[in-house]
Parts: sequence; C-alpha cells; structure tokens
Amino acid sequence: MVSTQPNQSPKALIVLRNVSKRYRRGLETIDVLSQVNLDIDAGEFVAFMGPSGSGKTTLLNLIGGLDVPDNGSIIIAGEEITGFSDSMLTAWRARHVGFVFQLYNLIPVLTAYQNVELPLLLTRLNKKSRKKHVETALSIVGLNDRMHHYPRQLSGGQEQRVAIARAIVSDPTFLLCDEPTGDLDRASANDILDLLQRLVSDYKKTVLMVTHDPMAAGKANAILHLDKGKLNSVSKGLATS
Amino acid sequence: MAIPIKYNLLSIKERWTSTLVAVLSIAGVVAVFIAVLAMAQGFRKTLVASGSPGNALVLRGGASSEMESAVTLEQVKIIGDAPGVARDDTGQPLISPEVVVIAAFPLRSTGTDANVQIRGVSEKALKVRTFVDIVDGKFFSPGLPELVVGINARDNYSGFDLGSTVSFGGRSWRVVGIMASNGSSFDSEMWCDAVVLNQTYKRPENIFQSVTVSLISPDQLEAFKNTLTSDPRLTVSAISERSYYEKQSIMVFTLIEILGFLIASVMGIGAMFGAINTMYSAVSARTREIATLRAIGFRGGTIVASFMLEAVIIAVCGGILGTIIILPIHGNMASTMNWQTFSHLSFAFMITPAIIFQGLGFAAGVGFLGGLFPAYRAARIPVATALRQL
Ligand SMILES: Nc1ncnc2c1ncn2[C@@H]1O[C@H](COP(=O)(O)OP(=O)(O)OP(=O)(O)O)[C@@H](O)[C@H]1O
Ligand SMILES: [Mg+2]
Repeated sequence: MVSTQPNQSPKALIVLRNVSKRYRRGLETIDVLSQVNLDIDAGEFVAFMGPSGSGKTTLLNLIGGLDVPDNGSIIIAGEEITGFSDSMLTAWRARHVGFVFQLYNLIPVLTAYQNVELPLLLTRLNKKSRKKHVETALSIVGLNDRMHHYPRQLSGGQEQRVAIARAIVSDPTFLLCDEPTGDLDRASANDILDLLQRLVSDYKKTVLMVTHDPMAAGKANAILHLDKGKLNSVSKGLATS
Repeated sequence: MAIPIKYNLLSIKERWTSTLVAVLSIAGVVAVFIAVLAMAQGFRKTLVASGSPGNALVLRGGASSEMESAVTLEQVKIIGDAPGVARDDTGQPLISPEVVVIAAFPLRSTGTDANVQIRGVSEKALKVRTFVDIVDGKFFSPGLPELVVGINARDNYSGFDLGSTVSFGGRSWRVVGIMASNGSSFDSEMWCDAVVLNQTYKRPENIFQSVTVSLISPDQLEAFKNTLTSDPRLTVSAISERSYYEKQSIMVFTLIEILGFLIASVMGIGAMFGAINTMYSAVSARTREIATLRAIGFRGGTIVASFMLEAVIIAVCGGILGTIIILPIHGNMASTMNWQTFSHLSFAFMITPAIIFQGLGFAAGVGFLGGLFPAYRAARIPVATALRQL
C-alpha cells in the first residue's frame, strides 16, 4: 500500500518521516518539502505529479540517496539512510537504487551492452555472469538485438529501454524514474510505461515515477500529488480525468 | 571496481582536438628533455670511452689535468720499471709519455676559430690505446712534422683532409693519417711526434705532461699507485685512465643535465597547464556522465582514478610522440667546449632506453600533476545538481 499519513504501515519498504528540504537562493529560502510523510510497500508502482518546481525531483533525489534532507528521516528496507556519509550513500545506491532519467543519461562512448554492464562492475560478479545478467536485462526490455549499438544509433525510446535495463540489471530494491517518458512521443512513451508496469507485475519490482503526463500516471497503482511542499494521495480517477 | 579504461580511451577519441593540444605540448617537452639528456649522455660516453680500464694515467702530483702537469724523462723511465706495468714482446714497458698543446683552427661550419687538442706522442700511444685505428693514410714518422688527425677533427675543421698541409706553432705540418677511436675524445684530437711538438713550441725536450701506462691487469692499479707515491725520486700520482676521463666529463655532464632539467621543468610547467586545461574541459563536458556514474554507485575515488588515468594516458601518448620525434637525433654529432682542456670535443647524441624511460616518466609526471585538480573536481561534482543540467 501507499500512504502519506505517518505510522500507517510500519513494514513499508520506503518510509519517510517528517522530511523537510529547503534551498537557499541568496537571501530567500525555499521550503521545497515540508514535513513530508510517506510509506510505500514493496511491489508498488507509484506516480508523483505536481507543478513544475514543486519538488518532485528533490523528493526522488532524497529517496535515492543523491541528496540529504534538512530534517526528518528516510528509512528504506528497514535501514535509516539519513545520516549516512557520502561514501556510505554511494555504496548504498549501488545496492538498492536503479535510476531512470528523463534524458536517459547513457554513456555515449559505450555500447548498450557496456552501459548496462556498468552497475555490475560494482559487484563481485565475474565477466561471464555479468554477461548473463546484461543479456537477461536487455531481453526484458526487448533489446537483445541492439546490444552492440551505441546510444546515438538508437531511438529515444530504445535509449530509455537501455537505461531501464541498466537500472534493473543489478536487481536493485527499487527503481526511481524521473519523467522517464518526458522526452518521448506517445507510442514510445506507452512502450516504456508498459515495460515499467511489466516490471512491477511480472518481476515484482517497486517503481517510483515522476511524471507530468496524467496518462502515464494512470498506469501506476497509486498517484501522489506534490504541491507547496506537501504530499497528498489522489484517487486514480481524479488524476486521469 | 574501476571504470573500464575503454571508457577513457573512447572519451579521449571523442574529444581528440582538445586532447591533441595537450599531447603536442607534452611531446615538445619530452623531445627537448630527451635531447638534452642524450647530449649529456653522449658527452659523457665519449670521454669515458677515452679511458681504457687497464690503463693508468700518471701526472705530476696535485695536477688535475694534463695541462697543469709535467713529468721528466728520468721519471718516465722509473715509471716504466714499476711493477705491474705491461710489457711488449721485446720486453719494452707499454707506457706512452705524452705532451699536449692547444691550437685554434677555423671550424668548417662557422669559419670561426675553435681550440683543438694536439697530442705529442710516439708509436707507443697506439700500443697503450689499442682501440685507436689509423683508418686512412699512415701513422706519422718519428722526427717529421706530420699529423694524424681524428675523424671528428677532420670533419669539423677546414683544411685537415688527408694530404693537406697546415701550419701552427710557426711551421707547416702535413696530414699523413686519419684516426678513429671508437667514439672517444681522441676523435677530436690531432696527434704528432712528441719530440717535434716540444721543439716547435720551444719546450724542454725531456719534459712530458702525462704518462699513460698499460697495466698487466686492472687490479694492479693500487699496487702501481703505491709504488709511485712511495718512491722518493718521483713526485707523481697515478689514477685509472677511465676515472680521469670520467672526472673530466662530470662538470659538463652535470651542467648540461641541470640546464636540461631547468628547461624541461619550465616547459613542463607550461605543458602541465595545457594538460590541466584539457582535463578541466574533459570534466566539464562530461559532468552529467560523471554524475550518472556517481548515481549508479561509482565512488568519488574511482572517478578520480579514472580521470587521473586519462590524464596520464594522454601525457604518455605525448611522451611517446616526443620520443619518436626526437629519436632521429640519436647518433647525430654535436660539439661543445670541454672545460677541463679548453678544447672542442665532438660527441654523438646518445638516446639510451633509460633516457626514453625517464622521458616517458617525465611525461607521466606532467600528466599526473595536470590531472590532479580536474580529477578532484570531477569527483566533487554535486550529483543532484549535475543531474539537473542538460
Ligand atoms: N540546488 C538547488 N539550489 C537551489 N534551489 C534548488 C536546487 N535544486 C532545486 N531547487 C529548487 O527547488 C524547487 C524544486 O525543484 P525540483 O527540481 O525538485 O522540482 P520539480 O518538481 O522536479 O520540477 P520539474 O517538474 O520542473 O522537474 C525549485 O524551485 C528549484 O528551483
Ligand atoms: Mg524534476
């Protein structure tokens, strides 16, 4: 289940308690997130919506250990990551988080295969088992035949599928997707969303996705709305209508 | 685990124009660095080759060069009778009493005068220095004003070809032979009869400046030295001929090396800034890639290592290029003043594997220092902020 009330689900995979984040710009302080509470169980597909600048990326960065909150605590899979040092967070990200970005962020000089292999270089797997994992990940996203293509030889949709393969290859605890379809046409976007749905339904992944697109949000199990530093659940009917 | 080197190599390839500047500037520095070391090395080798390991050089006690020394004929005889001195088939001691004078002749290249060392010897000189060969013409005849000219002296000064007549010391001399001495300093000398040379310069006939002695074996040197110093009739001292010439080379060798390191350091600092610039632009061009790698879980240290490696790869490429550029000077002739004898000495640039190794090491050092700050910056990129950049 997904909840924005404190202490709803003590066994949730992702737990945020009173998380606040502000940025200073000159003399002005912006309270991007104030006292946010959130519980997400494993296996959920959650969409985050909200106006531009409302703090969606900031929230995802906090959950993904790319940034640290000013207040509150973030507990993931029973482990409190607030207070981790930079290098602890780095190691933690490698184990638990798969990132998918709006602009794919593939390494242009590496092939699809090598891009997907990158997270595995941080594991103890040998070359042979890395190959098996990479091939599995690429076959899940349906790009086995493009393994040796460079990002520039792929379409946007294909690039994003490679990025998703890279995000799932090391079997992370959850996926964070920041506007994964933001740069794609409708058809490619649908492919990506179907793929994310399939990861949740068939492979029991947990997916957190930021999107501006109500149609995309409609594919999720739950939609959360972020505005003025507050997070609220929305009924699916309301969001898609 | 490390980021694969392939990533760096391909990234370098992707940005080769910016990389080229750094590569070329490092190549230039390494070329100069190697050239200077090859010069020092060549100079040193030429002088060291002049000393035979089994020879001792006898000078007046306290004299540091032949120029300041004097040894009388009686002393020469006593030296010849000392134990440990090798003898020829007829039982004659293998010793060569010699005199030296300096004369100035015009260089072929510039027309300006330069000093040549003229060595008055006897045919014994060839017996104690078996590596000296008459490659053209003949050895001088005793008692005649004839010259045997070293190949480098012949090549560097005008008018010393075989058969030509030259004048110095107030008389004319005929060039009757050309000698080659295995790249040693004798290639830059001219030899003639010691007696004739003494007469020409109105020096006492019975006084020489040095005695080169062939010992039965190199380990006789200590005993030979002791015999000479303990003999009350002698006021001479002996050293190994090799260390005599080695000592001669030290000052100029060190001077060239220090100068070389100075020039290379100054140029190296310039090249280092080139490398810093190249690496900074590589880092800023790849900010989002770096942030992505960090997000995936690569450590800051791994990023540092990756960029340092990249800088060193670029620098070593520059080093290899510089080595290739400068390699053809190996064996080319140069000449400089030998400050111990005030005469010109020709020598060949000598690039040894050790020098190439030092050159590449120097390049790697420049790359390492140049990569340090950019790599550190790469690792310190704030991931969340960098990921927002397009
Ligand atoms: N490093 C930073 N320094 C200062 N302000 C920042 C920083 N990062 C984000 N902000 C501000 O925080 C607010 C939230 O930004 P965030 O990127 O999280 O919004 P968002 O909901 O993802 O917007 P969008 O839909 O446009 O992607 C914005 O006002 C933004 O300008
Ligand atoms: Mg955003």
